[in-house]
Amino acid sequence: MYRARLFAIRHAAAFEWIYQRLERLMIACDPVFARIGYERVERPIALVERGVKGVLFDCKMCGQCVLSSTGMSCPMNCPKELRNGPCGGVRPGGYCEVKPWMRCVWALAWDGSSRMKGGDKIREVLPPVDRSLKGSSSWLRVSREKAARLREAREAARTTIAQAFPGARANEPAVAPLATEPASAVNREQRQ
Amino acid sequence: MSGFEDHGDFVRPYEEPPPGHVSSSRLERVLRSGRFAVTAELNPPDSADPADVFEAARPLGEVADAINATDASGANCHMSSIGISALLTRAGYGTVYQISCRDRNRIAIQGDVLGAAAMGVRNVLCLTGDGVGVGDQPGAKPVFDFDSLSLLRTIRTMRDDGVFLSGRKISRPPRMFLGAAENPCIEPHEWRPERLAKKVDAGAEFIQTNYIFDIPLFEKFMARVRDLGLDKRVFILAGVGPLASAKAARWMRSNVPGIHIPDSVIARMEGAQKPGEEGKKLCIELIQRMREIPGVAGVHVMAYRREHQVSEIILESGVLEGRRARRRGSEPTGAGPEA
Repeated sequence: MYRARLFAIRHAAAFEWIYQRLERLMIACDPVFARIGYERVERPIALVERGVKGVLFDCKMCGQCVLSSTGMSCPMNCPKELRNGPCGGVRPGGYCEVKPWMRCVWALAWDGSSRMKGGDKIREVLPPVDRSLKGSSSWLRVSREKAARLREAREAARTTIAQAFPGARANEPAVAPLATEPASAVNREQRQ
Repeated sequence: MSGFEDHGDFVRPYEEPPPGHVSSSRLERVLRSGRFAVTAELNPPDSADPADVFEAARPLGEVADAINATDASGANCHMSSIGISALLTRAGYGTVYQISCRDRNRIAIQGDVLGAAAMGVRNVLCLTGDGVGVGDQPGAKPVFDFDSLSLLRTIRTMRDDGVFLSGRKISRPPRMFLGAAENPCIEPHEWRPERLAKKVDAGAEFIQTNYIFDIPLFEKFMARVRDLGLDKRVFILAGVGPLASAKAARWMRSNVPGIHIPDSVIARMEGAQKPGEEGKKLCIELIQRMREIPGVAGVHVMAYRREHQVSEIILESGVLEGRRARRRGSEPTGAGPEA
């Protein structure tokens, strides 16, 4: 819905806040999703995502959501699906070359970004869309990806400690473990 | 007449660029040596006769360091950019191969880049492209698999890392000088310089702008470009072109996407006795004023259907300072591409 889209851009800062919370929640849910199986949660979550984002942002379910980098203006609504800024055909007043009744998605994106704390993300060059991911849940993708990165960072730290204290590790294997810890063995408050 | 006899059918072997350069392009050499560069747009023929290409290039060759072969500009079908670039390169002209993201996907584009480089093309301009709706075949499927920035980054990756986007190795990478377009006089004005910065990050080494008729607006744009330090990182060629008449100017303004012509320019054309001459005079004045703007490295002349005026405009503007890009008929047979 075009008017909801304009609303989202006017309130880009609020949506940025909500999105950050949502992202944290999704990362926290990673162990749950992993236990149920990502393939099993994919369809219901994608359905919810499609509904919510469809109303708010005219989401096209590209599966590679970049709203936080585009001022909450979905670039898939650009008739040229540009991911990195406006084309050279923007009409006077900031209207679209192809759909003259619509504000340029990228004019809106810069506007939204200037209201956001992390608005600078718009300066980063984004890769082309992977068309094979169309229709899948971007939220779950974020959750898997960020959780994996956190795990990796934790593993790297553990490896460093194990290498820094080789003697202690030989005498007392529990002080610098390298084996994967099951979720239930990790202190609940520290799990994130 | 055709250009074949003069230059032979010459293919140059693969070559590594000279030190400090990314390609063996004449345009890159001119720009890096600090000379004021000139590029010109060729009106592509609706024909399969190579003689038509040489005919169209002749009025530009004397003054242009490189000739741009447009890629179905305005979504109108003409001879392909790769075909024109290949012909002209082998005839000794510098060429700018234009790629629009509108018509081809990533598989086609990466293959064409290798093909163009093998045929001696040394400059490439990465464009998004106009929507299909404004062209002569509005029922066509718009592709837009890449945008101009992901295209720039892709060709840079092919050139500098020697791999396709899939990671597969390229044994001899395409040594090309990477260009992009910018449209300083079009909204959103305040973000255009930021967008330029993104293009430079993506890999652009030279910029050719769309038509500029509004010098104050362009000066404002360039001031911000200098604030961002972009004039040190990219060569900017300002876009100019002679207007034929006030009527033509008005038509362009309302029918060609992304063209801004101030009312004062149209009024001046309206009041002129000989509109054709006035358009030329205006163009020369614009070039001379652009040259004074710090950070402008050259001009890009787009003289659609007024190609015959290009040499006069450039020579009368004095920007070449007596040098010639390529004297007609003065090169020995088989001079080779982009000597």
